[in-house]
Amino acid sequence: MPLLSYEDLSVLLPGMARPVLDGVFLQVEAGEAVALVGESGSGKSVTARAALGLLPPGASTGGRVTVDGCELIGADAATLRAVRTGKASMIFQDPRAAINPVRRVGDFLTEALRLVGGRSKAEAEARALELLAAVGLPDPPRHLRQYPHQMSGGMLQRVMIAGALTADPRLLLCDEPTTALDVTTQAEIMAVLRALQQDRGLGLLLITHDLDLAAASCDRIYVMYAGRIVETATAAELLAAPRHPYTAGLLGSSPPLHGAPQRLTPIPGVPMGLLESAPGCAFAARCRFARPGLCDQSAPELEPAGGRLVACHLADTVLSEVDR
Amino acid sequence: MSTTPLLQAAGLRKTYPTGGSRLVAVEDLSFSLYAGGALGLVGESGSGKTTTVRMLVGLERPDQGEILVQGAPLAARTRGRAARLARAKAVQIVFQDPYLSLDGRISIGATLDGVLRLHGCADRPARAARVRELLAQVGLGAREAAALPRGLSGGQRQRAAIARALAVEPAVLVLDEAVSALDVSVQAQVLNLLSDIRRDTGIGLVFVSHDLAVVRYVCDEALVMYRGRTVEHQPVAELLAAPQHPYTRLLLASVPHPGWDPEGIGRRRRELASSQEAAS
Repeated sequence: MPLLSYEDLSVLLPGMARPVLDGVFLQVEAGEAVALVGESGSGKSVTARAALGLLPPGASTGGRVTVDGCELIGADAATLRAVRTGKASMIFQDPRAAINPVRRVGDFLTEALRLVGGRSKAEAEARALELLAAVGLPDPPRHLRQYPHQMSGGMLQRVMIAGALTADPRLLLCDEPTTALDVTTQAEIMAVLRALQQDRGLGLLLITHDLDLAAASCDRIYVMYAGRIVETATAAELLAAPRHPYTAGLLGSSPPLHGAPQRLTPIPGVPMGLLESAPGCAFAARCRFARPGLCDQSAPELEPAGGRLVACHLADTVLSEVDR
Repeated sequence: MSTTPLLQAAGLRKTYPTGGSRLVAVEDLSFSLYAGGALGLVGESGSGKTTTVRMLVGLERPDQGEILVQGAPLAARTRGRAARLARAKAVQIVFQDPYLSLDGRISIGATLDGVLRLHGCADRPARAARVRELLAQVGLGAREAAALPRGLSGGQRQRAAIARALAVEPAVLVLDEAVSALDVSVQAQVLNLLSDIRRDTGIGLVFVSHDLAVVRYVCDEALVMYRGRTVEHQPVAELLAAPQHPYTRLLLASVPHPGWDPEGIGRRRRELASSQEAAS
């Protein structure tokens, strides 16, 4: 059984024209790094939060989400607590917003160890020192006494990862963990996450807008658009030959670092908002391959095409011949 | 074609007081930007990029050195309306977050109209025509002109901020991480817009970014800053093909790519920091 599994998860919010999530399927095995890629408003953060049972207020849901065998949709408080304190942890984009600025790093790290783990003060501090060393901070005893404002963004993100590890989780949910960081710091943080995944066998779900980062650090990638998974494949397959026009459009929108300079081919228009809806494929209005009478009539299901799953009526025709 | 640079920085230095000593934010920065040129400023946080930008637009005064716009010194202090308007025509800036840089209570069209009026265009129909022209240049239409910033998407707001900067026909446009906050698909639209504006107007661009691929797309030269100093200044193609300075090489190795090895980056970065400290 997969460590994390979404089966046909749908999330509806009152007053919105379309579901925030619409029939999401996604799986992460233990020891596997999986990326969920999408633009702002695509629903990727809502997806990640659902794995902790955190849903927007007033949401109505359908489908299932399980972490290590525990069902989260409609779960009672005891189950939610068991998952959040022992199975899954989350790392957010901005550590300065997630860590209390007026408490010392040591207080942040030992609070859960003492309250949930039942450790004494000395035991909790010893464990916190171990965790700070595990995330590669140079001087753990000093860091325990520091305040967040005394640390750089990269160091504080390591503290947040150490904080996520206090629960001894099997699953790490990382929501844009490096977006606010410099590219060299990003590499260092990704190295820490990769070590946790490979050495401790943690499952990793990386939420990001950066397809290159996803491909460089994950085994498999899910691409999300307007609350639906539109394509999923191994990182290598996805980059070499995208099958969904949206994936192809994302690749055509990022300037390459090497190779012949070419004019970018942006996807026209803007991502679909929550107050808009379409009877057919949500991407049809921006898709240069869209066929009237087909794509704007019915929403495509996620189906096998070209050795992966694609939600596109034209998956077997338009992009199957195109070699990038 | 004149050989006077549009923008010239010569020996810029800026320090800030920190406790007893002074922190050197920028040290001995020099470059020249010619008509139609685009210079990328690259570096990590704390490298001095933002201080440089603030000096270029007159928000900070350099401790040493000089900034020349079309051969004339950028006034260290502006007194009076004429001097302020002249400086506005020399250098304009587009910030990262258009939510903060556009007035939320004023429609995009009225914002542009106000800039034109301030700069001496008294004829109302002429202003209206120019507003339409500016909006068309950045791919916006009548609907966007009537909208408040909150009624626009992030990409449209950034286009509006670019149109406002272009309204005074500045010699130089400074873009401070201006595409960093945009979604990839929208970022590509704005990048194409910038290369069109460069081609069509001959404006000089100073493009600040941490993203080397984006710098490569927009700029022909790049200047890499590290701890306030210029460590490398080259045509972008050469910088990417044969980076000379260890920091530039580290920066390139940090960009995610197939077969990426992030494990070695932290070690290389610490080695670089200690060797730079030993050298200074």
